[in-house]
Amino acid sequence: MIEQALADLTSENAETRSAAVAILIEKGDASLIPKLDEIRATADRAVRQAIKPVVDLLKNRANLSSELPDYRRSAASDIASTGRREAIAWLQAAAAKEEVWWVRYTMEESANLLELRSGDPSAKLAAVKKLGELRSQNSVTLLQELIDAGKLAEATDEQKSLASTAMASVSQIEAWSTKANIIETIFRGISLSSILLIMSLGLAIVFGLMGVINMAHGELMMIGAYATFITQQAFIAWLPPESFDWYFPVSLPLAFLASFGAGWLLEATVIRFLYGRLLETLLATWGVSLILMQSARVYFGDLTAVIAPQSLRGGAQVMVGVYLPYNRIFIIILSIVCVVGIYYMLFRSNLGMRVRAVTQNRNMSACLGIPTRKVDSYTFAFASGLAGIAGWALTMVGNVDPGLGQNYIVDAFMVVVTGGVGKLAGTIWASLGIGGLNKVIEPFTGAVYGKVFILVGVILFLQWRPSGLFAAKGRSADA
Amino acid sequence: MPEQIQPQQDSRETLSFYVVGAVFLIVMPLLNMLPAEDSWLHLSDFRLNQFGKFLCFAILALGLDLTWGYCGVLSMGQGVFFGFGAYCMGMYLALQIGKESVYGSELPDFMVWTQVKELPFFWYPFKSFWGGLLGAILVPVIFATIFGFLAFRSRIKGVYFAIITQALAFAAWLVFNRNETRLGGTNGLTDFKQVLGFRLSDPSTQLGLYILTVLALIASFLLCRWIVASRAGKVLIAIRDSESRVTFSGYTPWVYKLFVFVVAAGLAGLAGMLYVPQVGIITPAQIGVLPSLEVVIWVAVGGRGTLIGAVLGAVVVNFGRSVLTNYFPEAWPFILGGLFVVVVTMFPDGLVGIIRKFFAGGPPAAGLAMPKPQTQGGR
Amino acid sequence: MSAEGLILNCENVVVDYDGFKALNNCNFSVHYNELRVVIGPNGAGKTTLLDCICGKTKPSSGKIAFGNNIELVGKNAEDITKLGVGRKFQAPSVYGNLTVWQNLDLSLKRASKGVFPTLIGKSTPAERERINETLNTIGLTQDAHTRAGSLSHGQKQWLEIGMVILQDPSLLLVDEPVAGMSDKETEQTGRLLSALAEKHAIVVIEHDMDFVRQIARIVTVLAEGTVICEGTVEHVQADQHVREIYLGRAKVAH
Repeated sequence: MIEQALADLTSENAETRSAAVAILIEKGDASLIPKLDEIRATADRAVRQAIKPVVDLLKNRANLSSELPDYRRSAASDIASTGRREAIAWLQAAAAKEEVWWVRYTMEESANLLELRSGDPSAKLAAVKKLGELRSQNSVTLLQELIDAGKLAEATDEQKSLASTAMASVSQIEAWSTKANIIETIFRGISLSSILLIMSLGLAIVFGLMGVINMAHGELMMIGAYATFITQQAFIAWLPPESFDWYFPVSLPLAFLASFGAGWLLEATVIRFLYGRLLETLLATWGVSLILMQSARVYFGDLTAVIAPQSLRGGAQVMVGVYLPYNRIFIIILSIVCVVGIYYMLFRSNLGMRVRAVTQNRNMSACLGIPTRKVDSYTFAFASGLAGIAGWALTMVGNVDPGLGQNYIVDAFMVVVTGGVGKLAGTIWASLGIGGLNKVIEPFTGAVYGKVFILVGVILFLQWRPSGLFAAKGRSADA
Repeated sequence: MPEQIQPQQDSRETLSFYVVGAVFLIVMPLLNMLPAEDSWLHLSDFRLNQFGKFLCFAILALGLDLTWGYCGVLSMGQGVFFGFGAYCMGMYLALQIGKESVYGSELPDFMVWTQVKELPFFWYPFKSFWGGLLGAILVPVIFATIFGFLAFRSRIKGVYFAIITQALAFAAWLVFNRNETRLGGTNGLTDFKQVLGFRLSDPSTQLGLYILTVLALIASFLLCRWIVASRAGKVLIAIRDSESRVTFSGYTPWVYKLFVFVVAAGLAGLAGMLYVPQVGIITPAQIGVLPSLEVVIWVAVGGRGTLIGAVLGAVVVNFGRSVLTNYFPEAWPFILGGLFVVVVTMFPDGLVGIIRKFFAGGPPAAGLAMPKPQTQGGR
Repeated sequence: MSAEGLILNCENVVVDYDGFKALNNCNFSVHYNELRVVIGPNGAGKTTLLDCICGKTKPSSGKIAFGNNIELVGKNAEDITKLGVGRKFQAPSVYGNLTVWQNLDLSLKRASKGVFPTLIGKSTPAERERINETLNTIGLTQDAHTRAGSLSHGQKQWLEIGMVILQDPSLLLVDEPVAGMSDKETEQTGRLLSALAEKHAIVVIEHDMDFVRQIARIVTVLAEGTVICEGTVEHVQADQHVREIYLGRAKVAH
């Protein structure tokens, strides 16, 4: 029978052909694909057009039982768009033994979408209800068509009742998608906040502990990002492709060290002449940032990108309508790790105690035998190393280019200013506030005016708290 | 008698000012007009026009010197006020193009591409020359008053103020780049033809604009000098030295800061206004973070806290830039960055400090330029 | 509700720095034309008290009445200065890049210290005469056109006292005026302050007990943010509680 159908495929008669297609879809399996491809290679255009959906459908059917959940899921959603009723049974069968909820969800959704096109009114009605329960965003257009059909003057009672059910389903779906939107906005807000936080930590440390405004912080991030890029290129050039993904963890210490070294050099050659002169540190480091930026431009050219390792590609579908990319989740976790690390380093270790001692009373610390020069240069280099980590993480969410630092530095400074000097908590709250606000405003105003609003917001905030969220009080406050 | 302050230094600055003024006002135009084209003495129209541009920058630098050099208030957003002035004049000039535009429409070209059918309401005042002129001064002044009021009244100072103004420059740059603000987007305003009936392409118009710029610079210089020499000028320096002490002498520092900030914004507007007809284009690239910071480096190189230093710095740095970018186009950011580092760490008194040291043959004069480190900043 | 003859009356002033009470229900009053010395161990809240009076620090609660029952709490520093409270800081605080003359000229009491009057204003001969007089009083006539930043430490202290005098305050708050001065300078300062007390009320914070003996009529002892004793130098030095605080701290410490 299948042989007959295969033969009929090349028939001159269009009807014979479509009958053959139907048979092949119903009875065939993936083993036919090579044969079909063979036929397609020699056939004329009309035949090729007839064969294409068969091949696709059979492929997708085979993919429904693939090893990889992503393949199974995209097969299910592809099938929905073919409109072949025969596939409903396959989808239901696949859904019954599916274990990944999100894949199962897509299979059920696709099956019901196909059901919607069937002629049978009771099946349609059930599908409309089921899609509403599934909160299927993909079905909204189809449901809307049903609603519109129900509104027409010549609509039958059947169509009308279908329309009213569809209406209920749509409102169910929309209510859900509002909720999902809020959750996604919160996630995006936290994600941006953690990027801001990771960038601002180093800035806040040198500002709060050393009284240095480091305008080159952005370029130290850039150095970290380029270190990651170079590591990646080295892996591509010299190591087998299987080990490619290892470049990412390997480049972390390299990025840290590269920025650490650059920061150490910067401290030794420029910053140390400028302690206690805040505005001067700002200007001199700005000069350094110009030089670093131009060096990158001359050496690397304008745009390079880092390919994310396999494990950070894609994302998690936590619920219908809420998709959280892994790279963002990764940055959120990284920022938490950094904060905890810094906290322990500064407040729970000997080194941290020395750093704080030097900050509070340099002469006394020197008298107690603390090597203040060393503490200065290590603190600065450490903060620069943090910038390197930030740069390493940023390669996951954007391109590596010479302007990388500049894109973020203004925001990072807003965070430091809003947070107030010298308190880790201030930086954390400020980045959450600014990042969150940004993502809340953005949908209404667009990114550009969002930034303008944030600036206005920060200025108004400083009216209320001129030295930021967490200002130092007491004797040292205006020293 | 006791009223006179540092008489020696003052008279020197006056003298150098007269010399510089005479060179720019008389000698350079004469060198442009009199010698034959091929004579080595001849100053080409191109160079003269270029100096006109530098002198606009000098006016801009004077304003920053007043706030930063004298009062210790570092604004990293002067480019914004310059931009306001330049755009106001640019809008007037753009409307003067009239039917000569590429599309032959009364509307500026960019509006034709972006499908704007009618002149936006805020363009109306700029149909008249006086609208452009007043707008170029008043818009920056009003904006600076509001911004400065909010910032200074709440005692945002030192680096906090610097960072906030930098964010202002960044935000302004973003906004001016947008097409929907109806200011020409990234391409800005350009292709101007005439001002008050004078063709801009005509060398004599350019010469006239140049002389006007020199006169404006002289007027700005005298205004700044008057402020600096007055008792209020001393209050500015006092604020820089010890802001809290000033409060206990009965002055309200933030009002003084606001005052110089607004004067500086007005000067920036004036500079922008004169810049546009001479350079023939204004784009958002002129008002961003980097251009605003360049103003700081001019003042730092010239010598902050001396007015002549601001003028000198603006002209020298920009002249150096125009020469160098000809030969080594990629090197300029390196040089600019290097200048920042070297001047800040090694020559805090800038060129004026170096010159003074050279002439005095001894320790530097009791300069105003070097604030006491401890009293700086907003910690 | 200040009592008769009081120029300053602080009632229950509290300053709280994140739980640390720098001033704890402090009650303190000064009469017109009185020279009062405040002593106390480090961290007793002496400087904080002056900060509260002149508006540098905002107390978290309490009242400070000045002169004719004017409430100072909540006013900002420049207004308090204009009401007639002058402050000399512990670390000499002068305008280093202005000349001595300019320092004094800026401090001189004038009808308005707004931007425009200051911009246009010229010194009157009478004002110049006053500045010259003050220069004489503080012994800096020779240095009238010296940059204040290059004065010696003691000269800066005097210059700052001169600046405060020219403000014509009815109450002077002077924080450790003789720190870092030689004996001779200290004595001169003592005489200067005594002479000033003829016309002004003065509150002086000082550690140097010889100096205190030289100038003081009544001494107030401050410890842990409250007044613990008030009286003549002899009375205060005899007081058991005061001796405990200065000498027997071991008992107080936990």
